[in-house]
Amino acid sequence: MYPTDLKYTKDHEWVRFDGGEAAVGITDFAQRQLGDVVFVELPEVGRQLKQHEVFGTIESVKAVSELFSPVSGEVVAVNGDLGNHPERVNNAAHETWMIKVRPSVASEADALLDSAAYTELTK
Amino acid sequence: MSSSPVALKKTPLNAKHRASGARMVEFGGWDMPVEYSGITDEHLAVRTRAGLFDVSHMGQIELAGADALAAVQWMTSNDASRLAIGQVQYSALTTDQGTFVDDVLVYRMADDHYLLVVNAGNIVKDHEWIVGQAKSRGGDVAVVNSSSRYALIALQGPAAQEILQTLTGVDLAAIKYYWFATGEVASVRATISRTGYTGEDGFEIFVAPAMAEKVWDAILAAGRQVDVRPAGLGARDTLRLEACMRLCGSDMDEHVSVLEAGLGWIVGWKKDDFMGAERLRAQKAGALERKLAAFEMRDRAIARHGHPVLRDGAPCGVVTSGTQTPFLKKAIGFAMVPVEVAVPGTPLTIEIRGRLVNAEVVPEPFYKRPKPSATGA
Repeated sequence: MYPTDLKYTKDHEWVRFDGGEAAVGITDFAQRQLGDVVFVELPEVGRQLKQHEVFGTIESVKAVSELFSPVSGEVVAVNGDLGNHPERVNNAAHETWMIKVRPSVASEADALLDSAAYTELTK
Repeated sequence: MSSSPVALKKTPLNAKHRASGARMVEFGGWDMPVEYSGITDEHLAVRTRAGLFDVSHMGQIELAGADALAAVQWMTSNDASRLAIGQVQYSALTTDQGTFVDDVLVYRMADDHYLLVVNAGNIVKDHEWIVGQAKSRGGDVAVVNSSSRYALIALQGPAAQEILQTLTGVDLAAIKYYWFATGEVASVRATISRTGYTGEDGFEIFVAPAMAEKVWDAILAAGRQVDVRPAGLGARDTLRLEACMRLCGSDMDEHVSVLEAGLGWIVGWKKDDFMGAERLRAQKAGALERKLAAFEMRDRAIARHGHPVLRDGAPCGVVTSGTQTPFLKKAIGFAMVPVEVAVPGTPLTIEIRGRLVNAEVVPEPFYKRPKPSATGA
C-alpha cells in the first residue's frame, strides 16, 4: 500500500502538496524497477515546468529514465543532497523529494492518482 | 522490448532464479536473471568475497578430427597450436576482414578435440559459420553444437577457490589461470575451468544440465560462511567493464576488427594464414584508423552505448559501453575513436541527450585485482 498522503502519476512520480508547494519524487515501485540509483540530474531553481514535462533524468547502474513533472509551475527548490547520495532514492523513495514546485494550475491535482488507484496500477 | 513470437529459452536454473526472486530480463533470446540483491551488492560481493552466476546461456561448439586444429587455426585469430590439453585461450572467430563473427574461448579438450565457448545470442550463427568454413576447407573435422549438453556456472571472487575446494577432490590450487581440469563438484561430474568475465579469480564449471541445480545449491551452501551472492547479468556487465573486458555485440561486431577492438594480443601473428589475417597485418603495419579507448568521465554524467563522441564539434566516434562502476565509483566506458584520439590523457567530448560533457582517455584496465596470496592464480 502506498502512502495515502501522497498523489501519484502513471509515470511513477509521487507528489506531496504542502502549503503552496508540491514536493515531487519517484515511487518505491519505480526505484525497484530501476535498481541501484547512481545519478539524478535535476533542473535549476526558477525553471518553469509544464505538467508532464521532463524535469530531469535518473540513472541506475543499468538504465536511464526521464522524470516527468506531475504539475505545472515554477521550481522553487531542488534536493542537492541527491548529488552525493543518489542511493537515498532506493533507501527511502517516498521520503526523498527531488524538486519542489509552486503549482500554477490548481485543477491539475485532481487528475492525479490516489494511493488506491496507484496500488491498482502497479499490481 | 521483445515482441518476438518465439518463446525465450531457459537455462536449467531458470526455475531457481524465479523462485529466488531474481529480476528477469530477455538477453540474446534467453530469459535470464539481471539482478538478485542488486547490481551494486552483487558487484561488491564478487570484488570482495564471491558471486555465483548462471552462464548456461553461453554456447558450446566442438570441433573434432585429425584436422580440428587446422580448422580452429583457420577460423580464429589466436594461435591455438600453443594450447596444451587442458589449456584455454581467448580468441576471435573472424571474418575475412579480420572482424568479429564472435569472441570465443578455445578449450583444448584432447589431441584432436577443441571446444569453443561462444556468446548466447550467436550460437546458431557461429555454428553455421563454423560448419560453412569447415566444409569449404575440407579435411577430417566434425563440428557439433553441444550447447544443450552443458550448464555453465561461474563462481567468481577472491573466495572462489576456498568455497569450491570444499566441494571437490580436484586440487584447485594446481589449476592455473586459463587452464581447466575434470573431476567432481558436489559429486557431479564437472569440467572446472579457471576462467571468468569479472576480473577476479574464479572458476567456470561445466556440468550436465540435469545436475545444475544440485551444483548451484551446493556452492551457495558452501559459500554461506563468506556470504557468497547469486549474481545476475547486470553485475556481470559492470564487473567485466571495470576489468576492461570487451562485450561482443556492444564493443565490437562484424564491422570491428580484432585490432580496432584493441585485442592485438589475441592475434597469432606467427601462425600460418587465417581468416582476415591479411587485413589485420595491414592494420598492424599502420593502416589502423580507429581503436577502442577506455575513458573516464570528468563531468558528472554517465555515457552509455551509442552516445556520440565529438571532436571540434563533429562526431568522430561512439561510446560502445558505459556505466557507473559500483567498486571504483566512477563513470567509465569504452569508445571507438580515431587512433590519434585513443591515447591516454586525450580529452573527449561526449554528447549525452543533447548535453556536451567531458571525459578523458585512460590506460587499461580500470580495475586490476590485487595479486593473490597463495592461490597460484
